[in-house]
Amino acid sequence: MEIKREDILHLANLSNFSLSETEAESLEKDLDGIIKYISQLDELDTENVEPTYQVFEMENVWREDEIIKQDASREDLLGLSKEVIDHQIKVPKVL
Amino acid sequence: MKIANSKVTAERLVRDALDKAKHFSDYNIFTFLDEEGAIKKAREIDEKIKRGEKVGRLAGVPYALKDNFLSPRGETTASAHILEGFTSPVTATAVEKLEAEGAIMIGRTNLDAFAHGSSTENSYFGPTLNSHDKKRVAGGSSGGSAVAVALDIVEFATGTDTGGSIRQPASFNGIYGLKPTYGCVSRYGVVAMASSTDCIGFFTKSPDDMDLLMSIASGQDPKDLTTLPDYYNDSKVKKAKKIGVVKDFDNESVDKEIREALKKKCELLKSKGYEIVELEMPALKYALAAYYIIVPAEVASNLSRYDGVRYGFRSEKSEDLENLYANTRDEGFMSENKRRIMIGNFVLSSGFYDAYFLKAAKARTLIVKEYEKAFSKVDYILTPVSPNPAFLLGEKVNDPIAMYLEDMMSVSLNLAGVPGLAIPAGENKNGLPLGLQLVGPRRSDKSLIEFSKELI
Repeated sequence: MEIKREDILHLANLSNFSLSETEAESLEKDLDGIIKYISQLDELDTENVEPTYQVFEMENVWREDEIIKQDASREDLLGLSKEVIDHQIKVPKVL
Repeated sequence: MKIANSKVTAERLVRDALDKAKHFSDYNIFTFLDEEGAIKKAREIDEKIKRGEKVGRLAGVPYALKDNFLSPRGETTASAHILEGFTSPVTATAVEKLEAEGAIMIGRTNLDAFAHGSSTENSYFGPTLNSHDKKRVAGGSSGGSAVAVALDIVEFATGTDTGGSIRQPASFNGIYGLKPTYGCVSRYGVVAMASSTDCIGFFTKSPDDMDLLMSIASGQDPKDLTTLPDYYNDSKVKKAKKIGVVKDFDNESVDKEIREALKKKCELLKSKGYEIVELEMPALKYALAAYYIIVPAEVASNLSRYDGVRYGFRSEKSEDLENLYANTRDEGFMSENKRRIMIGNFVLSSGFYDAYFLKAAKARTLIVKEYEKAFSKVDYILTPVSPNPAFLLGEKVNDPIAMYLEDMMSVSLNLAGVPGLAIPAGENKNGLPLGLQLVGPRRSDKSLIEFSKELI
């Protein structure tokens, strides 16, 4: 398939990027090339092949159902934010 | 490696490393150097030695930390603008284990932002220069770590390998680089890129150093449920007989001198009584396309957490929350981060999922099986790491496909979860290092490292 400007704007929206015009233009060219490249999988016969999503050899990992002390405190974590008021992270208006 | 003792102090080792780091500052290796912290830690170890107390197996050994490992010492940036100002309150398990044995981090090393790249040119802080030729790239994404070891600044450095990010820079700089079996080393406290392929490993100057580090860093971690039960230290070193070479890689797409280096190593093995077996592995041809579907999909998911709200950089110019997300992510990510996130969202979006993501997951099954089949015939496989030695700065940075092709022989190991060790294999006629990789079945890490000594 061919990637058009409207596809780039849709993907930018899904990805939460406010792209400039110049960047949208170069991404359109790059993504078109990349998608053409990855489309070569079309020629591979995968009839009756099960998908692999992970290569970890174990399944469920169990542990005792008890609370484990966390490495970072609430204060440590809130301290990473730009602006905190009354233990809440402050952001610009939502609506 | 040099370890502190009653004759050589940890402070001496650390000061020497810091002096060299400063001497080579034009290579742009470090995103952060912690002179004061490192010397303080060295003095603590020297005190212990003076008092005759037991010290660890890495006492006073200076090392460099790839800047995507969390530790409260210095900001963890992943060489990305969007993590600006982020100092982690937690420490990665790998860092804890190394430091419990007395290793001393002197600084954090440069990488392609979020480990997206094969040259370290995608760093917010600019590229790291190759240890053998300053006009060339360090390789990537762990370029800073590789050059720190190659220039003998530190004894070892940490890396992460999602598709070649340890092995390729190791080969571009003439040192050893290990991507262990998936799940061998805890990833707790390391910035996630693609969770089904990310591995933690090391850069060293010898196989013995690699073995020592793996014996320390490997093992199950309750904080990372994708770690395998400890096996590394209990592994019996297997006696190898048959070594495979991949016929599909012996063509014009691979640099002539690299193919010659491979042939030379095969001759060496033959002279030592090993049998060289030619393998056909046709599914590997599709590994790169499958990789650049699966990994961007996981990248899009893992990097959705960077929103400017909880930590790191926040765009100043936003009037509402939606704008804040979009502006922060637009200003905070590098172009390559954006490409991968958008490709990921493309292959996962409705209408394209079956044709891309599902198709790639099926291709992955064929790649896993291809390796299983190969290891039923041979003990290890010896292949090039990359199609060429270190390329020129700027040569590929604006051509994403050319950059992705760098990874064509390294990514299949990550998709299959098998270990790979990059080993030095001489230099080309211009003095650039050449590298090869030894590939083994899952959990063969220890034997693989031991076997690499046969190739020296």
